[in-house]
Amino acid sequence: MSVGLYKKKLSLLLAGLILTLPLSLFAEGILPTVPKAKAKATAEYGCVNPVADMRRNHMKYLLHHRDQTMHKGIRTKKYSLAKCIACHVTPDKNGKYPKFGDNDFFCSSCHNYAAVTIDCFQCHNDNPKSAYSSLNLNRQSLPEGHEKFTSNDTLPSGDAK
Amino acid sequence: MSHIESSKNAALTRRKFLGSAVATTAGLTIAPGVLLFRAAQAKPAAQAVTSKVRWGLLIDNTKCSTGCDDCVTACKTVHKLEGHNRPETDVQWIRKLTVTDKQTGHVMSLPMMCQHCGNPPCVDVCPTGASFKRADGIVLVDRHICIGCRYCMMACPYKARSFEHEVVHDQSVSAPRGKGTVESCTLCVYRVDHGKIPACVEACNEAKHGAMLFGDLNDPESEISKRLTKYGGKEIRADLGLNTGVRYQGI
Amino acid sequence: MKKANFVEIEGRSAGYLALLGFLGIFILAALGSSFYMEHNGHHVTGMTNQIVWGMPHVFAVFLIVAASGALNIASISSVFNKTAYKPLARLSGLLAISLLLGGLMVLVLDLGRPDRLIIAMTRYNFRSIFAWNMILYNGFFLIVGIYLWTMMQRSLNKYTHYAGFAAFIWRLTLTTGTGSIFGFLVARQAYDSAIMAPMFVIMSFSFGLAIFLLVLLAAYNWTHRPLGDVIFNTLKNLLGVFVAAVLYFVIVQHLTNIYMAKDSGVEAFILLNGGIYTKLFWIGQILLGSLVPLALLYHPTWGKSRTLVGVAAMLVIIGGMAQMYVIIIGGQAYPLSLFPGMEVQSSFFDGVVNHYAPSLSEIMLGLGGMATAMITVVLAIKILRFLPESLADEVVDPQHS
Repeated sequence: MSVGLYKKKLSLLLAGLILTLPLSLFAEGILPTVPKAKAKATAEYGCVNPVADMRRNHMKYLLHHRDQTMHKGIRTKKYSLAKCIACHVTPDKNGKYPKFGDNDFFCSSCHNYAAVTIDCFQCHNDNPKSAYSSLNLNRQSLPEGHEKFTSNDTLPSGDAK
Repeated sequence: MSHIESSKNAALTRRKFLGSAVATTAGLTIAPGVLLFRAAQAKPAAQAVTSKVRWGLLIDNTKCSTGCDDCVTACKTVHKLEGHNRPETDVQWIRKLTVTDKQTGHVMSLPMMCQHCGNPPCVDVCPTGASFKRADGIVLVDRHICIGCRYCMMACPYKARSFEHEVVHDQSVSAPRGKGTVESCTLCVYRVDHGKIPACVEACNEAKHGAMLFGDLNDPESEISKRLTKYGGKEIRADLGLNTGVRYQGI
Repeated sequence: MKKANFVEIEGRSAGYLALLGFLGIFILAALGSSFYMEHNGHHVTGMTNQIVWGMPHVFAVFLIVAASGALNIASISSVFNKTAYKPLARLSGLLAISLLLGGLMVLVLDLGRPDRLIIAMTRYNFRSIFAWNMILYNGFFLIVGIYLWTMMQRSLNKYTHYAGFAAFIWRLTLTTGTGSIFGFLVARQAYDSAIMAPMFVIMSFSFGLAIFLLVLLAAYNWTHRPLGDVIFNTLKNLLGVFVAAVLYFVIVQHLTNIYMAKDSGVEAFILLNGGIYTKLFWIGQILLGSLVPLALLYHPTWGKSRTLVGVAAMLVIIGGMAQMYVIIIGGQAYPLSLFPGMEVQSSFFDGVVNHYAPSLSEIMLGLGGMATAMITVVLAIKILRFLPESLADEVVDPQHS
């Protein structure tokens, strides 16, 4: 096509794009609502890291720390995945816990929006209660002498709750 | 400080000392079982494991009976290894073997799990390095990088490894497990890192069989080392030269 | 010698499109099977904790082994300077790449976590022969790609000899690596042997040439291009030599194992009382895969019939698949020897011959890999100049009248 016609089409396209700018006023409404955590992680230093830092770098912390735990047996509380889940996955007012994939599950609230797949919860339990306690086990099925055994599935320091 | 106060303080500290001494002795007398099996304290959480320690198991086969599978049940319970009624594909980390000598007719039973070899063939063959041996001798699968090729299962002489053939639900915090990766006995690494002993050993002790013993093979003063020195211990398939961490007596 | 004229095939006939459609159906079925297996977990397949590698691996290893063997013809022309084979070199390289592509597709789609392929390609445990194989397979694509490029771009023809030599060494390393996947395993009595690597190399010669021969026959018959007797008989006789060589290695392997008391159990299992494995060994591998093809190829009258030679090549392939099945699955079916000389029994299938029944999804995945290999060849010969216009005797060897 001729240069004149080309320029006309281009300017029409630009105009159209500029006209859509006011739609950004509604941007607030289409960002994900991230559910609130149960409490600050510790009394001394509050959260694990500042929110902005965690939003940007949580994947780095997770990936680095999982290697530390897996290969070196370092099981500090600060970056423990189980503790992340314990704080961030909270029950709704009916006492029901969200499942991974639901929009009100902490990790999924952002990851669904950003369309970034994570496979953590294919292996790790997404429920803080079930992950820690085996209290809902059928004790009758255990051999004699094993009853107290089921509680050994909790963190020894008991600070999972 | 006046003379009386200082003597009072001295009395207090003496009392405290005596109190703690009594408590310690009481503890030692009342719970010998616990201390005997795990003399070392749990390592601090922030400290990496080192090769100063080498964890191992000693199975006293003379105390292991054919009908008992307390260890198997304990492992399944603690790690929530659910069965799907599909024995060919269900995961099994520890199992009881019944061995019959065809010549003499002698029957014996023993628990078989990952032997945590010093020269593990599964570690050699893993293409991504997901199958690895930790510094303290525990052989694990890093399921973050396992691609599920099952080559380690081909390589293991003890058939210790299982492949996760189905989607897993409601995992225990001591054993995150997922479909498509390979797994095996972790020597209860989660419990061990927190200062406990493996579930199978604890179950065997709870039920008063006493066939299993867990401890540090590198520590000459540990119960396991002392028993091995006194009575010896055999590796299964010793001819393969794998230097297993699990030793058996009475086979 | 008149330089061979390479021309793309026309590829517009109904037959050609039907062929594409036929292969396409198998590929779609394979993709569907792979999704089904990955989504539900491997419990829907016949593979278990006892037989961990099944039909997909039989197909995949066969294709990978055949891939490196398919490059033989090109190697003979470039490395050993046999000019009679030069017109076939391009097709040989193409077939090698295509077969490897098909084999790897099956292997990758069967992984428990195929989404972690990037991890497999970036994190290597160099003690693992499997990791080395990944490097070898990827390098094979690269090296054969360069080799084909030197052959197809006239200005680079002077480098063909060097590229061909590199490809030759690389493919021998690759097949040795594939054989060592089994040979390095100390755990299983059927594998633990140094002969696995060279046996796989010889198997690659045989399977690769059989597939090459069939592809050549099909391509020249269906495009009505002349295929002279000189080239055909040379290839036929070469196939006979390779089939005999494989038979030799198989005999040596089993004789050695029979001689050793510790392996007598697994040998009796394969050769006598292994049920399906014994049948596949004697009827599939030895009779149909080795003896009948040898008879067909070297018989004075039968060997002259192109149909019968094609049948012989087909039988070599079937025998090869049977051999892979016996090696891979038979080797796993035989129980591990934890307490030599004793009877072992457990809840985890110790001490018993392990049961395996291939599922449909595994078979479709494997066939899809073969279809992928074939469709790559079928499309490539239309797009680029791989096939000589004529392989008539005068073209290949003017002295021969």
